[in-house]
Amino acid sequence: MNSLITLPLLIPLFTAIILVFFNKNVTVQRWIATIGSLLTLAAAVWLSATVYTQGIQTMDLSNWQAPFGITLVSDMLSSILVVTTSLIGFVCLLYSFRSIGVEREKHYYYPVFFFLILGVNGAFTTGDIFNMFVFFEVMLMASYVLLVLGGTKIQLRETIKYLLVNVISSGLFVIAVAYLYSVVGTLNMAHISVRLNELGQSGIVTVIAVLFLIVFGIKGAIFPLYFWLPGAYYAPPAPIMALFGALLTKVGVYSITRTYTLFFTQDIGYTHGLLEILSIITIIIGVIGAIAYFDVKKIIIYNIIVAVGVILFGVATFTTESLTGSVFYLIHDMIIKAALFLLIGIMIKITGTSNLREMGGLINRYPGLAWTYFVAALALAGIPPLSGFLGKILIVRAGIDAGNYWGSGVVLLSSLLVLFSVMKIFMNGFWGKAREYKQQEKVPVRWLLTAPVILTICAVLYGLGSEALYPIISTAAETLSNPEIYIKAVLKE
Amino acid sequence: MKTNNVILETATKVILFIILLFSVYMFFAGHYEPGGGFIGGLMASGAIVLLLIAYDLKTVRKILPFDFKKVTALGLLFAAGTAAGGLFFDKPLLTHWFTYVYPPILGKMSLHTAVIFDTGVFLVVVGVTMTIIQTIGESE
Amino acid sequence: MEILMSLLIGVIFMSATYLMLSKSLLRIIVGTGLLSHGVHLLLLTMGGLKRGAAPLLGQQAEAYTDPLPQALILTAIVISFGITALFLVVAYRSYQELGTDNMELMRGKEGNE
Repeated sequence: MNSLITLPLLIPLFTAIILVFFNKNVTVQRWIATIGSLLTLAAAVWLSATVYTQGIQTMDLSNWQAPFGITLVSDMLSSILVVTTSLIGFVCLLYSFRSIGVEREKHYYYPVFFFLILGVNGAFTTGDIFNMFVFFEVMLMASYVLLVLGGTKIQLRETIKYLLVNVISSGLFVIAVAYLYSVVGTLNMAHISVRLNELGQSGIVTVIAVLFLIVFGIKGAIFPLYFWLPGAYYAPPAPIMALFGALLTKVGVYSITRTYTLFFTQDIGYTHGLLEILSIITIIIGVIGAIAYFDVKKIIIYNIIVAVGVILFGVATFTTESLTGSVFYLIHDMIIKAALFLLIGIMIKITGTSNLREMGGLINRYPGLAWTYFVAALALAGIPPLSGFLGKILIVRAGIDAGNYWGSGVVLLSSLLVLFSVMKIFMNGFWGKAREYKQQEKVPVRWLLTAPVILTICAVLYGLGSEALYPIISTAAETLSNPEIYIKAVLKE
Repeated sequence: MKTNNVILETATKVILFIILLFSVYMFFAGHYEPGGGFIGGLMASGAIVLLLIAYDLKTVRKILPFDFKKVTALGLLFAAGTAAGGLFFDKPLLTHWFTYVYPPILGKMSLHTAVIFDTGVFLVVVGVTMTIIQTIGESE
Repeated sequence: MEILMSLLIGVIFMSATYLMLSKSLLRIIVGTGLLSHGVHLLLLTMGGLKRGAAPLLGQQAEAYTDPLPQALILTAIVISFGITALFLVVAYRSYQELGTDNMELMRGKEGNE
């Protein structure tokens, strides 16, 4: 059944629409949202099982044949990303029930939430470069609203900056598509790949490649273009922060991965070399930020930047092994970042501050929170049996095989410093002398804690079961490193 | 604050219906001629904005007691429903279907599922525009 | 014609950049609007300016104009309409909340609530 591919898009869409009609009744909204989210997750799992057994699924919208109309394509990579997105969406939703506040819930928090999921799933699923722009805009529009919802001063100020940055990057996206269209005369991603390969190496293609890198680099926060991220992600409350941190930058990373494996493989020395240098600098900048700040939100936010760098380093190395590593690490990072953001959200709720110097001794009263955080932190740094390990080791090994000792060294060193930065939170926040906080009585964290616990368990299982998951991930990487598979599936030659 | 602008109010009463009718014409002209849901919707919301300028927010609320956010949602439901409808007939998303009918007097007409989609677009555009204008206007 | 269009697009981008670098929020929004117009014009130019008949059935012309760029521009216009509208609302709200539309005065460190 081919229409399966549309379900992860249609279910959030219809859930969002239905939710608008019930904006006054919070209980009904919560139930609908839970059901919609679970259905999305189920459809996504079903889809990726289908992709695994039957190969790449495609759908030509409104019956226009492949290179002419818009095509939805679900290969292994995009289907597992859709699964991860739906999972994170579900978990953030659970967390939102107790933390987001009735005021926001009545002001269309849940509908916008589902539009965000729709946009992200769409961007992962589409096989048309302009349609990707449209889904980007759906996602961004939802993110603007989520960012400004609540309307505090800091949110308004950051939203203006975030909006402006993204309007400019959207403009650049259309410019890049326009240039690409004038060169190849098609928008279907598989067809673009064919035409570009016929064209061979030419200067204009390299220019377009760099333009795309800038566009997706702004969304994905790579080195010279990450400046908007720490401010914008600082402003909203924890579940929104988790959604943004886990999903939005990863869409940028996915797009770079897709375009740099499918389109721009003619002049690898230049384009992928550039990507490699930028990714290494991104890692370094991220690590410096993560170590330097004493603010829990900032530390985790800068860790996003580190992860983006690590994943893109794998993409830039551009061997099957490194791509496998990147895909492994991408999924791991989405899950664990969401978990960490939710955990520090709970910490901030308990202490009323995000400044690490004003925290301490949380482990006595909240042991569950502390140990969940501990496991999540170890997983983030990639301590062996946990989820970050395999991805990183593959990326590093591929980097060394490719003769890039410097880059691999930086990636390795970064794990150590990432561990230091997250352990800093553990030591200062959970250990040490207990402090007096505004709320004297114990904050009920059990419900809030379920969300990050689910994610942490997923991360642990993902790490322990990586042997079992390896065939799935390597299928995804196989499609990336060998675009022929993708092209054949889409154009049905 | 409010000044009693007799000329504008009187003119609005006439012009409003002309604009609304024209927006309906634009809406139905779509698909084969220039027009369609988007431009029709914009024109309809233009008419409502004219009403807002001539009178004020409270009066317009009384005349059109809808929650425009719900209008947007209704429009989305129409559009998305039409898009997804094809799936029930084992056709891809967004596939449209049409036929010709020959009613008396009017002659040959084509019936499109695209019209339902366009109705959705019409409602979305009206809903979004009015929501935004009301949000900005409310606080004054 | 293409050269003329390129020059025009350049001028639009230049003005948009100038407006976006100013301090007033309203000017910045006008700048983003202008930027998207420039982008649409660029898309039109890159898709090839009019080379043949309108791409309709039954025209029996030798060459047809590519309809795709126009479809893309229409989509992009709708999107930029939505974003500009949202931007205006956010700007208005922040003018009320922060009491200024001057970007200099809006500046501040991220955390100081």
